[in-house]
Amino acid sequence: MLKNEDLNNPRPVLKFLSDTTIERIMSEARDVLCKLGFEIHNDAILSMLQDHGASVDKSKNHVLFTNDIIDKALKTTPDSVKLYDVMGDETLDLSGYNVYFTPGSAALNILDGKTQEIRKPLTADYVKYAKLMSLLDNIASQSTAFIPSDVHERISDSYRLYLSLLYCEKPVVTGAFTIEAFNIMRDLQMVVRGSAEELVAKPLTIFSCCPTSPLKWSDVTSQNVVDCALSSIPVEFISMPLSGFMAPVTLIGTLVQHTAETLSGLVISQVTNPGAPVLYGGSPAIFDIRYETTPMGAIGTQMIDCAYNEIGKYLHIPTQAYISLSDAKQLDAQAGLESSMGATLAALAGINNISGPGMLDFESCQSLEKLVLDNEICGMALRLIRGIQPKEDFPALPRFEELLKEKHLLISEHTQKYLREELCLPGAIIDRANRTRWQEEGSLTLLERGRREVSKLLNRYEPPRLSEDVKKELKKTMLREAQRCGMERLPEIAL
Amino acid sequence: MDLLEQIAVAMQRGDSDTIGQLLRQALDNELAPKDILDNGLIAGMNVIGDRYKKHEIFLPEVLLAAKAMHVGMDILKPLFLKDEVPSRGRVVIGTVQGDIHDIGKNLVAIMLRGAGFEVIDLGNDVAPNKFIDTAVERNAKIIGMSALLTTTMPVMKKVIEQLKEKGLNGRIKTIIGGAPLSGEFAEHIGADAYGYDSVQAVDCIKKLVSGS
Repeated sequence: MLKNEDLNNPRPVLKFLSDTTIERIMSEARDVLCKLGFEIHNDAILSMLQDHGASVDKSKNHVLFTNDIIDKALKTTPDSVKLYDVMGDETLDLSGYNVYFTPGSAALNILDGKTQEIRKPLTADYVKYAKLMSLLDNIASQSTAFIPSDVHERISDSYRLYLSLLYCEKPVVTGAFTIEAFNIMRDLQMVVRGSAEELVAKPLTIFSCCPTSPLKWSDVTSQNVVDCALSSIPVEFISMPLSGFMAPVTLIGTLVQHTAETLSGLVISQVTNPGAPVLYGGSPAIFDIRYETTPMGAIGTQMIDCAYNEIGKYLHIPTQAYISLSDAKQLDAQAGLESSMGATLAALAGINNISGPGMLDFESCQSLEKLVLDNEICGMALRLIRGIQPKEDFPALPRFEELLKEKHLLISEHTQKYLREELCLPGAIIDRANRTRWQEEGSLTLLERGRREVSKLLNRYEPPRLSEDVKKELKKTMLREAQRCGMERLPEIAL
Repeated sequence: MDLLEQIAVAMQRGDSDTIGQLLRQALDNELAPKDILDNGLIAGMNVIGDRYKKHEIFLPEVLLAAKAMHVGMDILKPLFLKDEVPSRGRVVIGTVQGDIHDIGKNLVAIMLRGAGFEVIDLGNDVAPNKFIDTAVERNAKIIGMSALLTTTMPVMKKVIEQLKEKGLNGRIKTIIGGAPLSGEFAEHIGADAYGYDSVQAVDCIKKLVSGS
């Protein structure tokens, strides 16, 4: 007899590695950490690791980890990270096979929607971006996606976070460019939450912290790991081995390096504050020896991403990857194909925090029109992983009797109940009109439809529900920091 | 919100039950049936058509509204004298000879009725002379033809040629539709309009009827 639970089909999952291979990669990575060691350019961290049993040579900024310190770190690392939006509502539960999208972050450039020129972004661009992000339903968090060039570079990291908090309610994936910037970025978050305790209870941001391949931590990024751990701010480790250049050419070899680099970050975080929230993340890439570039849209890059995510899952740590993005310079077919391939693979692999939407040109250029397109790609990927489940489909006869009687099922109750969850209907940037309708509506290209959707969405924008007092305090905090860096005032639109 | 506005809003929701209640209430309040039809039902239906074109709502919502329209018409019709039942026009519709694909044609018929047209649906596999004879007999000003197969598309041309032979072209207008068709094909065979989807087909027919 068929039971109801037998009808629940599993979520589709993509897997590359067997447990045995994962265990071997882990053991090789441990060897790298314990026998070859790591360069860490931060004396305080070296001392802290030494206190926990690691062998340290400060004259060479060098540390040899121990299996014991790694084991302890793995034991205390939490198996989930939750993020809460500006209003304090739980938005992301990064655990298991839950999947969320976040825009690619920290681009230096923006692809101008009107002129299609790649140029330096301004505050006005960022405000538009944050407004747009509040309206793209399939992208769960915002990131500090690009760096406004009209403020002092010393505040360019905190200023992005400030604008994001002011204009969009979604939680933020971000990062600090300097050690000092961390404090103001934490202060901004505390203004929103009201207290340090509340910020610990309801994390608002994830900080990306990057080791330097091969096998190094800089002073700034390692200190960022420590500072985040002390404030219980979630960190995603962004190890970036380059296959065939700064990492072995084989995907497995690259995975060994990625594992070693990520474990080193894990140890720094967990030794600082056992239980501090972290994501097993990364932005590895194959190295294209023809152009000396690091293609994020390469299938090899995306395979490495999915595979290290499997290692993260094996260790019960939530995962992240820069994967649904493109190296194209324009919103062209390459942009679509690379981004959708990445999003699809990542969703199937169950990468918890999938970074990339909006991004072009090797993580260096954001595009609002591409964000709108990618929002649809994300929607399709999210539909894909909901899989195929029966929904009042058995027994089937009554439905077919209804069909034969009514001649169609367009307005049947079953259709009305399941239409929107069963069939993924993308927004108008995806062209599904018949040719005549498409022609009558102006024969718009993808880019033109993107522009139209951006302006349509921006017209629908409503500001965050943050209280005026909190907004004022955010502005005061940011202005104080700007003035400390020699900027008398912030750009008009930011005030 | 006055009663007519409420009717228009209920139409937009495709809420047949409420339409029934509101119409009875409107009639109790001695509102004129013609007023209820024009400023309630059809006003609501016009909003639905606009929203569909702007991609704000989809086919099922339009069909639900069309169904609500039928409910409303069933209540109002008996109140008009037989010859005074307001109709936007009479349309003869069918799938052409050799073709039994009638999904698209059925949709257009539903939409037309929803928009206040009287529809004479000849079904599928309809011979050219049947289209014309019915239109003449029933005094219909529009013939709508549908085809899915490229092999049956030429039948449409035959209908138009026969209309010309009988000197009826101009008095009876033609509109064609179906997956393999196009505006160019319509022009090529001398059809008066091409409808690329059911909602737009209704728009075309409204224009043909008003002569614009």
